[in-house]
Amino acid sequence: MATTLADDLRPLHHPHSWVTRYVWSQDHKVIAIQYSCTAIGIGLVALVLSALMRLQLGFPGAFPAIQPDNYLQFVSMHGMIMVVYLLTALLLGGFGNYLIPLMIGARDMVFPFVNMLSYWFYLLSVIVLVAGFFVPGGPTGAGWTLYPPQAISEGTPGHQWGIVTMLVSLAIFVAAFTMGGLNYVTTVLQARTKGMTLMRMPLSVWGIFTASVMGLLAFPALFVAAIMMLFDHLAGTSFFMPTMQSMGAITPTEGGSPLLFQHLFWFFGHPEVYIVALPAFGIVSDLISVHARRNIFGYRMMVWAIVIIGALSFLVWAHHMYVSGMNPYFGFFFATSTLIIAIPTAIKVYNWLLTLWRGDIHLRVPMLFAIAFIFTFIHGGLSGLFLGNVSVDVPLSDTFFVVAHFHMVMGVSPVLVIFGAIYHWYPKIFGRMWNDTLGKVHFWITFLGVYAIFLPMHYLGILGVPRRYYALGETAFIPQSVHLANAWISVAALIVFCAQGLFFFNMIWSLFRGPRADPNPWGAASLEWQTPDTPPAHGNWGAKLPVVYRWAYDYSVPGAARDFIPQTEPRTELGA
Amino acid sequence: MPVAVAIAMLVVGSVAFHLFSPWWRTPIASNWGSIDSALDVTLWICAAAFVGLNLFLAWTLVKYRHRPEYRGLRHKAHYEPENASLEKRLTFWTAIGIAGMLAPGLAAWGKYVSVPHEATVIEAVGQQWQWSFRYPGPDGVLGAAGVKFVTQDNGLGLDPLDPYGRDDIVVESGDLHLPIGKSVKIVLRSKDVLHDFYVPEFRAKMDLVPGIVTYFWLTPTKTGTFDILCAELCGTGHHAMRGKVVVEDPKAFARWQAQQTSFGQILAEAPPAAMSILIIKANACSTPASWSIR
Repeated sequence: MATTLADDLRPLHHPHSWVTRYVWSQDHKVIAIQYSCTAIGIGLVALVLSALMRLQLGFPGAFPAIQPDNYLQFVSMHGMIMVVYLLTALLLGGFGNYLIPLMIGARDMVFPFVNMLSYWFYLLSVIVLVAGFFVPGGPTGAGWTLYPPQAISEGTPGHQWGIVTMLVSLAIFVAAFTMGGLNYVTTVLQARTKGMTLMRMPLSVWGIFTASVMGLLAFPALFVAAIMMLFDHLAGTSFFMPTMQSMGAITPTEGGSPLLFQHLFWFFGHPEVYIVALPAFGIVSDLISVHARRNIFGYRMMVWAIVIIGALSFLVWAHHMYVSGMNPYFGFFFATSTLIIAIPTAIKVYNWLLTLWRGDIHLRVPMLFAIAFIFTFIHGGLSGLFLGNVSVDVPLSDTFFVVAHFHMVMGVSPVLVIFGAIYHWYPKIFGRMWNDTLGKVHFWITFLGVYAIFLPMHYLGILGVPRRYYALGETAFIPQSVHLANAWISVAALIVFCAQGLFFFNMIWSLFRGPRADPNPWGAASLEWQTPDTPPAHGNWGAKLPVVYRWAYDYSVPGAARDFIPQTEPRTELGA
Repeated sequence: MPVAVAIAMLVVGSVAFHLFSPWWRTPIASNWGSIDSALDVTLWICAAAFVGLNLFLAWTLVKYRHRPEYRGLRHKAHYEPENASLEKRLTFWTAIGIAGMLAPGLAAWGKYVSVPHEATVIEAVGQQWQWSFRYPGPDGVLGAAGVKFVTQDNGLGLDPLDPYGRDDIVVESGDLHLPIGKSVKIVLRSKDVLHDFYVPEFRAKMDLVPGIVTYFWLTPTKTGTFDILCAELCGTGHHAMRGKVVVEDPKAFARWQAQQTSFGQILAEAPPAAMSILIIKANACSTPASWSIR
């Protein structure tokens, strides 16, 4: 057990002015909101890019402003923004920052100043990223995977400056994440309040904690890959550049290995999937438990599943490279490790279902999103087994099946959790309640819409329709019906796109006009709902840190007066 | 309640979509039926899990939904932190399912990585944004080649000093012809960036990586003309990088092959100036030694 109550004696950094309170803030809650707003802001750019892509795919030729180079730039920037600058930043920088200290009973992160720096580095990385849209040649169009040699060769949009801003931005992001990640890990290990043992922590904290550890191990691979490619591009080195032809001439580069980059990229890239997924797994577990009024089923199994998934995710990266030209015998190992990871993942799904089973399910908006997540995650997880199963991947790789799979599993699913989590914690964060009807309309359009978008894409992929194509053109095996499907998918995508306006309106309107929220509107047992103030004040806990006597999932305990027992409630002789 | 109905309807809808949608695999034209069957096994196991888990979800949402107090009876959740035996059983059956789909997957991969000895070697060369091909000629051996040898007259970069290359048949930006029923090892080489040789009807595909030679193999089983696409993003012309493969009976294939030009003929017809550029390139030692494909 970490030292705890002694923290009370440590002076907190107290803000003295509006600027130190809200701009150069060292309060984890303000930093969380800064992170979240920046992430959602840049996420909106990615959303607009996806709408532009769908316009081109659904109605090729109808928008002459969208040319092949623009299209590839939209594809690349959409992917990178969503994966790194939205999902990672929002789940770890946003939710991680907000929830960790409150859920473990700390007054703040252990390094508040570094935490502040983390945000400002993140903001800088976003600014450099956005600068890519304004440099000569525009942002990179090399795909979000940035594979060399094309990323820095003629024939790829943004190979002059767009790739430079992208790589520099990624390097800054990794620096920002390292500062944040070290903070999250240290805070969880060192700043838990009295009684908050590791095995009493809510699964949200477990998910964020494990993802942070993974990030600290995985992001350096991306960092070195980015720096090496910058050298290749700006200093003429040949880390990733073989002798090749470019614009009719032989390049002076020699001996570099494009596959080396792919290994580095995916050594980061696959854990990255789980860096996004594990916080979402944790958060959704808490949402389901609270709104089903039932303890999370198999808590210890859930914790171990998170840890095992985190560890195994470092052993599966080359399943992105089955047809990359690497030694094909790797396929046996990586297919096996990839399919093994499905077992702890399946256990998580079972335990979510078994938490609902025999529960007292309140179908409030956050719960609806959590349920939708279970559905989309089952779908996306299962389609992953096709792609992990090496030989089955051969016909499907680089087709729309891949697009459908990863959007379902790491696009739609975490985003549904994020929506659920925002609806869930909004009353605590802002002390106001959102509009229920708007929330439900937003849920229904989003949930049904995304399924209409991505279900047909699996089938287009099985047919063989390739991804990252500006236009399908005249291709014998692609019937007219595919073009029709593309048009309908685009219509669904645009409807979902517009429906997000409801969410933003609801959140912003409720901030000013929403009714005052109850400090614990859902009757949740975990610590963040037991703060003396709502929204929690600087320092979170008033005069004295809370003391924890039980796990975070005492719902509907037999013999208890209410259907939940807060973690701060001492055990009585009844044992309840 | 509506969400339970929606989940159930989505399950039914997905199954119906699977059964009635017009999009499924293209008719197979190669020996890779084992890949198709591995996909089928994976699909059936996954479909069972998808239907089972989601219908359980829908049923649970109906059965255990919150209901207001009725005649003093309050619906209350069951308190049960864990059930080790249930979790163990679920883990066991999941592992069985996983093994069930992994086995055919790995078995098919085992074939994919073992090229039969009798397979003839044919080279496909990618560049932004077109396909070219090379056949080994009567000696059955592809001559050494590398991007450093490329000149106007030697588009595929064959080493002019390698005698094995003289009889190689060069098909620049033309169609690939394959005889039906004969195994071919397709070796892949890129002159510039990454590409991927992709014929949906063959099922097989593989990336072209500049600097190394990659390969895969197949046996065409159906005559006809199929599209070759590029499946690895290679720049603005990626979607337009097309070729055609013609699978024909051995006689037609031999007739076609007899009409093609060999590298020796190209050299013979090249003007002396072009020839000297070729030789200078071949002797230049500033670039690394080329790799040869035998």
